[in-house]
Amino acid sequence: MIPEIGHFALIISLALALVLAVVPAWGAWRRNVPAMALAPGLAVGMLVLVAISFTCLSVAFLQDDFSVAVVANNSNSLLPPIYKFSAVWGNHEGSLLLWALILCLWTAAVAVLSPQLPLLVLSRVLSVMGVIAVGFLSFALLTSNPFARLLPSIPVDGNDLNPLLQDPGLIIHPPLLYMGYVGFSVAFAFAIAALLGGRLDASWARWSRPWTNVAWAFLSLGIMLGSWWAYYELGWGGWWFWDPVENASFMPWLAGTALVHSLAATEKRGLFKSWTVLLAIFAFSLSLLGTFMVRSGVLTSVHAFATDPARGMFILVFLAIVVGGSLTLYALRAPAVSSRVSFAWLSRESLILLNNVVFLVSTLTVLFGTLFPLMMDALGQGKYSVGPPYFNAVFVPLMALLAPFMGIGPLSRWKRDSGQRWKAELLIPGVAAIVCALTLPLFGQGYNLWVALAVLLAGWVVFGMAKDFWFRIGGKAGGLRRLTPSYWGMVLAHMGFAACVVGVVATSQYSIEHDLKMAPGETETLAGYEFRFVEVAAVRGPNFVADEARFEVFEDGKKIAALAPQKRRYLASGSMMTEAAIDPGLFRDLYIAMGEPIGEQGAWAIRLHYKPMVRWMWLGAILMGFGGFTTAFDKRYRRHRSGAPAKAAGVQYAS
Amino acid sequence: MHPVRKQRLYVVLFIVLFSSAAIGLVAYALRGNINLFFPPAEVAQGNAPIGQPIRIGGMVVDGSVKRSDDSLAVRFELTDFKASVAVVYEGILPDLFDEGQGAVASGELGADGVLRATEVLAKHDENYMPPEVADALEQSGYDHKGVKQ
Repeated sequence: MIPEIGHFALIISLALALVLAVVPAWGAWRRNVPAMALAPGLAVGMLVLVAISFTCLSVAFLQDDFSVAVVANNSNSLLPPIYKFSAVWGNHEGSLLLWALILCLWTAAVAVLSPQLPLLVLSRVLSVMGVIAVGFLSFALLTSNPFARLLPSIPVDGNDLNPLLQDPGLIIHPPLLYMGYVGFSVAFAFAIAALLGGRLDASWARWSRPWTNVAWAFLSLGIMLGSWWAYYELGWGGWWFWDPVENASFMPWLAGTALVHSLAATEKRGLFKSWTVLLAIFAFSLSLLGTFMVRSGVLTSVHAFATDPARGMFILVFLAIVVGGSLTLYALRAPAVSSRVSFAWLSRESLILLNNVVFLVSTLTVLFGTLFPLMMDALGQGKYSVGPPYFNAVFVPLMALLAPFMGIGPLSRWKRDSGQRWKAELLIPGVAAIVCALTLPLFGQGYNLWVALAVLLAGWVVFGMAKDFWFRIGGKAGGLRRLTPSYWGMVLAHMGFAACVVGVVATSQYSIEHDLKMAPGETETLAGYEFRFVEVAAVRGPNFVADEARFEVFEDGKKIAALAPQKRRYLASGSMMTEAAIDPGLFRDLYIAMGEPIGEQGAWAIRLHYKPMVRWMWLGAILMGFGGFTTAFDKRYRRHRSGAPAKAAGVQYAS
Repeated sequence: MHPVRKQRLYVVLFIVLFSSAAIGLVAYALRGNINLFFPPAEVAQGNAPIGQPIRIGGMVVDGSVKRSDDSLAVRFELTDFKASVAVVYEGILPDLFDEGQGAVASGELGADGVLRATEVLAKHDENYMPPEVADALEQSGYDHKGVKQ
């Protein structure tokens, strides 16, 4: 009964989405106020219904209702309850429902949290969100109904959730990632609404900016969690593989980063308007492309869900409609919104332009590397794969190019600046960065030129910002109150970028990875740490049995950690899984994973890793995420909360 | 020319130059870092290049996996039921690597016809088969579980 309620709620929500897509848009066109005023209510109603539907599916999972096909295929009565819940989105159908739920969440959030928006703009924005909701809800209902029943032959027990997904990181990784992915639909909807209205100005950017920043922040955190999960769960100590599906989430992030910056220029100076609109369309199109790649089975990847050509076709058609439609609208309307503002070559505008070009070019190179195998296959040229070396060779130089200008960015001025001033301002930060680059790598495993370069670039960014920070607070702690949340957000995010650069380069250069055969009683020394293999024991978990290798780690004869990696066999599916053991630290991680047993004497293949500063990149990503959230608290985004000015703006727009 | 237009021209020129540099970089990076997939039958016919990075995929032949007793070296054979290729690898194999299951090995083919693998990928769940392997098997008339059609 409960699954049927869920199914029914989903169908009603599709009907509401259809109404939302059509009626307020018609109202905005005919200036029909009652029709436009329907939009917020419809958005909230859609959220309630999809939430009911999602709750029903969760209940089916928690109650082990194996008559529901999705539950039977992806859950098991032995599964701990928290994983039964996260199994809801550990499969194609359920994760699509989560996608829809989050889309409705964003739509309702725009409806409820935007009292300062003129009704005309709000109804257009919500209508565009409604169109997207129609696409995804009908996708769920027509090709991948999560409530399909297995009747009359109900299985006794379920197939179990893929063991790789039975992990705390995977409980929150997909929701965060989708919050980011789907959040770009808000930026997209604002862009389309602006094109429809034919008016793109600073107030448009001011409305769109907080949503974009928050979506970008969610996406940063989601990607970071995915990387962290891969590191401790996949058992080989890697944290980024340039896997096509990782790229699918990374490309919207890169385009989104460009968008976040160009929106700043649009809001403050009324510049790059049509460009910003194009970026918003681009970022959301990449989100859709990512969805297509993950769900159509065109890619070989750890993340790819089961293949079904019908699903691939549906998203491809939807993608074509959204991209084609929005680009057509752009072609028709963009010339009308182009800007007539000038800026000097040495100015913040130029630096933002450079940022945009670099991020867009890196998005395109990643896109090219990701699609290259698909293109070659479609052309009948054979089955190619493009590996990490390609992406590293292209991506790293681009990011390195970015850092020198990032140091200047925060303290540059809008409109016109002078090289003299930059020289004067940046002399001390530059010297400090060089000193750091010369000294800090000495604390690592020998002086390394790449690490020195990374420290130089990161130091340049951080010290340049510190100088500006000091200047803005007037050298007194009391001046802190003068800083706006959007400034704090920028500082946090740029610090995060610097931490990422140092973390990535130090880990890549200083990591020591050693795969070897070890028997209980043996010791192995790695980077000054002594790993003692004590014993292997059999242990039992709630739904698995495991061999556990117990290690003790000594530093200078002192025991610093006891690590116990496991080799698990999951009872329901019989699949094997490696559970790594990690001793985490701010400056180094020690990582042990088990391979397979070797020979007759109880020896095992063991993977020992020493990973310096690997946590810095995740900390960096967390800083970026918090930076993104912080900017949304800026007072100027809430300025028009009182009734009168909003009405005035509404009248102005309706004319 | 109007100063705003002139500036726009320079911006466009800069973007074009910068993009060309990036395209050059892409072409350069692509040259050495892509590898082509070969089914074992094509390797047996001598169609696969020697000493260049390639991938070979198929089913792991039953009883062919031989481990060394004192190191992590392992040798196994991959087949598409028309021909098979021997693979040597030193390191830890993925969790779901097993005899009678699909796997893809990437590395360089030696003059002796043995693939020196630097990476071995197996399926990541019960029902999954790498698409290249599924294709290769289909061409020799087997389904994705290695059952003769």
